[in-house]
Formats: sequence, C-alpha cells, structure tokens
Amino acid sequence: MFRKVAQAFRPAIVVAIVTVVCGAAAQPRVLRWAGDPEGGAPFVEADPSHPDQLTGFDVEIAALLAEGVGRTAEFQNVTFRSIDQSIARGDADIGMSGIEDTPARRATLAVTLPYYEFREVLSVRDADASRLTSLADLRGKRVATLEGTIAYEILLRAEREHGLHAVSYEDDVHPYSDLVIGRVDAVLLDNVLAERRHRAMPGFTIQPQTVAIGHYVGVLSPHNAPLRDSLNEILRAAMRDGRLERIFRKWSVWNDDQPKLYEQLLAGVPVPPIVGFDTSSSVATISKWEAARRYLPSLLRASVVTLALSFLSMGLAVTIGVLIATGRVYGGPLARSALIGYVELIRGTPILLQLFVLYYGLASAIRLPAFVAALLGLALNYAAYESEIYRSALEAIPTGQLEAARTLGLSERQVLTLVRAPQAFRLALAPMTNDFVALLKDSSLVSVLTVLELTKQTQIFATNLGSWVIPGTMCAALYLAMSLPLAALARRLELRWRTTPP
Amino acid sequence: MEDDAAMTHAGAEADTVLEIAGLQLLRGARTILSGVHLRVSRGEIVALMGPSGSGKTTILRAVAGLEPFQSGAINVDGVMLAGGADVAKPVLRDLRRKVGMVFQFHCLFEHLSAIENVCLAPVHAHGITPEAARTRGLDLLRAFGVEHRAAALPRHLSGGEAQRVAIARALAVDPPVLLMDEPTASLDPERRAELGALLQGLQRQRRTLIVSTHDEDFAHDFATRIVRLRDGLVV
Repeated sequence: MFRKVAQAFRPAIVVAIVTVVCGAAAQPRVLRWAGDPEGGAPFVEADPSHPDQLTGFDVEIAALLAEGVGRTAEFQNVTFRSIDQSIARGDADIGMSGIEDTPARRATLAVTLPYYEFREVLSVRDADASRLTSLADLRGKRVATLEGTIAYEILLRAEREHGLHAVSYEDDVHPYSDLVIGRVDAVLLDNVLAERRHRAMPGFTIQPQTVAIGHYVGVLSPHNAPLRDSLNEILRAAMRDGRLERIFRKWSVWNDDQPKLYEQLLAGVPVPPIVGFDTSSSVATISKWEAARRYLPSLLRASVVTLALSFLSMGLAVTIGVLIATGRVYGGPLARSALIGYVELIRGTPILLQLFVLYYGLASAIRLPAFVAALLGLALNYAAYESEIYRSALEAIPTGQLEAARTLGLSERQVLTLVRAPQAFRLALAPMTNDFVALLKDSSLVSVLTVLELTKQTQIFATNLGSWVIPGTMCAALYLAMSLPLAALARRLELRWRTTPP
Repeated sequence: MEDDAAMTHAGAEADTVLEIAGLQLLRGARTILSGVHLRVSRGEIVALMGPSGSGKTTILRAVAGLEPFQSGAINVDGVMLAGGADVAKPVLRDLRRKVGMVFQFHCLFEHLSAIENVCLAPVHAHGITPEAARTRGLDLLRAFGVEHRAAALPRHLSGGEAQRVAIARALAVDPPVLLMDEPTASLDPERRAELGALLQGLQRQRRTLIVSTHDEDFAHDFATRIVRLRDGLVV
C-alpha cells in the first residue's frame, strides 16, 4: 500500500528535489573577500564618517569583481599576515588588501592578474635626504619595513650585500614614526604606503629612486582556479573600459605606471611578480627541505634571542618580584597599597598593551631600544605575577618557624633571609618554573616591538615559503628543546627540596 | 609601678632567676592571664599545669618575648620586660640570651639538617665561628643521643629525635632558662622517662626549666615544683 503511494508520488518527489537544488543555486550568492582594515586607506579602511562601513580601492575592486560574477561582495576581517592561510583554508573566496605578487604566492595559491603596479621606495629623515639615497648608502643603518613583504626580503638581501640592519614591523605606521624619532634610519615600503604616510607625518623624505617594482594581486585557494580565471576576465574588462582607472584616480593613486601595466596584460605579455629584485633564490622556488636547511641558522639565532630575552627578563622579574613581595609582607600601609596597585594594574591589563605603551607610548619621553623595551616589558609584567607567588610562599611559612628563629636571637632580617625566604623559595619553585616556561613562550609577543625572536622568524619563514608545516614544526621543536630541560631541572630541584615528608 | 619596685628587690635575691609579677595579658577583649605571680629559683624544674586554655603556653610565650602583655613585669636573670610597652630591641636581644624555648611541635627549620638547625643561631646571632659552633653542636647532639642524625633533615627525624634536636638548638646559645611547651604530648612512656632523665641532667648543670604539661605523672616524677593555673591565675 505504502509502496504504491510512494510510486505514484515519485515524479513529484523528483520535481521537488530539483526545485530545491535549483532554487538554492539561483539565490544571489556572495563573494567573500578577506582584507585587513588595519591596513587603512587607500586599501581598506573603516569609513571615518560611518565606522561600520568600509572604503578603499580594494573595497571597490571587490565590489566590481563580485558584480562581474553576479554576486554581492561580503567582507571578512582577516589580519594582514594571515590572509594567505585564511584563503588556503577556505575562510573566504579571495584575499585583497594590497597583497603583493610574489613567487611564493604564485607557487602556493591561485593569484589573479596584477591590478596595480607599485614601486618600493626608500624614505629617510629630511636631514639625511642628500646622504642616504640608496640601499648601498645604508651600511650599518637600521632600515624598517613591514613584515612578510617583498621589501623585507630585499632588506634581508641588502643585509648581506650592503651591511645594513633590517627591522621588521607588524604595521606600516610605526616604521615611519620611528624613522622620524630616530629609532630607525630609513624605511623601505611601497610608494602607496610611503606617500600616504608622508601626507600625514612631516619630517621625512621619499627618495625618487625605485628600489624594485611590485604588483598588487588578489589571492584565491588553488582549487578556486576557475573562479580566478573568471575574475581575471572581469579585471581585463575593467582595465579596458577604464573602471579600474576611475577607482584608482578616486583614491589619488593613479599614475603613468598603470596604463603600461594594463597594456602589457591586455596584450597577453606575462608580467613577472617583481622587477629589479632577483627572486630565483627565493625559498618558494626551492625544495621545502632545502628551505628548511637554509632557514635553520636564522631560526637558531632567533632561539638565542628568545633564550637571552627570557633568562634576562625572568632574572629581572624575580628580583623585582622579591622586592614587591617583601614590601607587601613587611612594608607599611602606604607601600603596601602602592604595591597592590601595581600588581593589580599589571595583572588587569594585557601584556601586549603594556609593551606598546612602553615602546611607542613613552617614545616621546624616553626612547628605549626595542630589546630593552621588550626585556623591561616582560620583566615588569612577570614581576607582578612572581611577587604574588613569593608573597603567598612567604605567608605559607608557619609562624612557628619564625618564632623559633626569633627566640634563638636572630634579627628580623635574619629570620627573613635565613629561615623564611629559603623555605618560601622552595615552595615557590614549582610555580616559578611554570611561569618561566610561560615567559619563554610569551617572549614571542615582543615581536610587536620589532624584536626578531623565534616566533617572528618562523612567521617570516612561513610567509616566504607559503606554508606553515615545516616552519611550525621546526619552531615547536626549538621551543620544546628550550622548555623541556627547564621543566626537568625544576622537577629535580623540587624532589631534592621537598619540605613535606616523603 | 608597685610591681616594679617589688621586682627590683626580689631580683636582688641571690637565687631567683625568673620573676613574674602581676602579669596581665589580653587578646582583644579576652583575658588570657589576669595577674600571674611566679618566682623561680635557679636549678628548679617547674611544671606548669592546668586545663587547656588556663594560660600555660601564654606564660611561656610572654617570658620568651613572643607575646606582648598589658601590665605587670617579667624579670629574667636581670633582663626586665614591662607591660604595656613595646620591648626595645636591645632588651629583646639580651632576653634571647637568657631564655631558650622548645616548642610543642619542635619547629625545626625544615630546610636545614639537624646540625645546621643547632648551629644557625650561634653562628649568625652570636658570632661564633662555624667550626666552633659545629663542635659544640655535635657535643650537644651526642649528649642527647642523636649525634648519628646530625646530617638528617627534620622531615626524616622521628618525633623523639626532633624534640632532642630542638632542645639542643635551644641550648646551643647557652641560656640559663629553658622553656618547654608540652614536651610530653607526643611521647610514649619510655620516651617520656628518657626525656625526664634528660631534663634532670640539665638541672644538674644548674639550668632552670619551666615545662608546661598536662601529664600529672611526668610532673610528679621529674618536676621539683608544680605550679597550677586556672583561668589565667596561679592557683
């Protein structure tokens, strides 16, 4: 009976399914595009008059592309340096945020036609404008750029060839502000970024000489190549009919380089990713293992920075922590509330914010070198946590121990140094080791202050390689090689010093 | 004031090593000691007895300078503590040379070996050389039968051993008066007899012992005098 009914209705069921599927396909779809509004105008930025809306030439190009494939553009906020990974794992269809065409991107992602040509230009302080005109003039100088860019690769090459010192930043504003206040001596970045900053910030000169030529592209996941091909067609059409020109003119970045680029593209002439910088030895073009071998020395050097930074800042944190704890246990009411205030302030605010304030916020008053600021920032932060460990350890020593020491004629200072502190230290050891291992890893946060430590170096490696697998594994192995012996040492000391009966 | 005058007179008496006069001690609103009078001669073993909360331990703590008191006075072999005032540092320093204390739970320094416990104060508070302190410390440990445990950490000592080390530690700076808080509390009868013999040995060296205890038999067997307390008063 049931089967009969089902048979009678079969055509209807088929029709229903087809309708549902087609209906879904016919619905207006979205083109999800990833970008970083922190990059700002003219690429992508929150509209100053409507902060919930985005403006920028990449926003308009995204809309143009979406319209071309019959979809609506939908923005996904992705940190600049994670756009490639985000696209590869399918968070969005296309990434566009002033993304540079590189051999690594071409090897690992589906890259659109270049839609804008830029020049890598040097910026120097006004006073140096006649002296420092090329990379060759910058021997021994600190030259800043944005991490994970062609400019950084150029600077790394120039470190070897011209003896300058490359400093990589996580944003494109602080290189210029640090240039003006003298923390760095030059900045190498896209002319688009340099000119934008130049309009807002006096005190530096953009050198006319072009160091290299690069291009902005959109990036898609490799299996999205068919979509990329359709988008390329739309880009070509927009180059032909002047829609791209109108967008770039609107954002005041149109110049004579673009018509030449478009002419070349429309004629089908291949455009190399970078002109003026030899990328044949780029890690993206060699085998992954060869790349790993080549990057190992710099990862090891970065590990030394991580270790030095961790040991020095932990030493300082322990010293300050001991002073704070002693002050809190023995000090007067005023000292005690001041110290509580410090501990709560530090514990209640993010360490990243503290590092920023120390390095950038105080820069007008005191210009700390990056490593010193990093060391101080970590030490001052961890001192607050260490002091809580020592305070509770000091308070955990039974009164009987202190009274026994007093009746023997020891002074209060001797009671502390000979009886209380040594026992408290044994109690504090386990949580201290725990904190030290945490500090070892938190030291990666100081990369925001341009300190090139292990995590930062790994990021650079991964960006250049276009993959996280090998760099991430090497990085993890190095962190473990540093932290496991510490944990083992702490366990041994704890066993030896255990104060409770076995 | 009256007490002080009486004390000076009493302290002048040849064999009095400890005199407590009108000792009154409050903790918050609670009265712990309400006017204790006690005179102890050199070479006595005084057993302080009384129910829990009668103030035995508090008297010992006050004599040891661990407990401030509101009024009255304590004279330990010429060192004077007055009620109602903070004890000056030099006075406290002098007091520590006159009085040793053995706590109920021994309170050995957990991070130091037995011999290091004994030598800590002689070296750091009395300026004795580490070698001399060690020699004397080992003598003391030997005298109390725990020399073989000199290198052991407190957590590896038995209760009886820890107590002997604690007595050696208190005697290492050679105080004429030794205070002991409930020394028999955790001892079996055999160990208790050994402790009594040890105390009598100290008495023969003209040391004065004041021992708080609940143990009637111990007090009768080894004390030269029993002082009973009730509600913060000598009965």
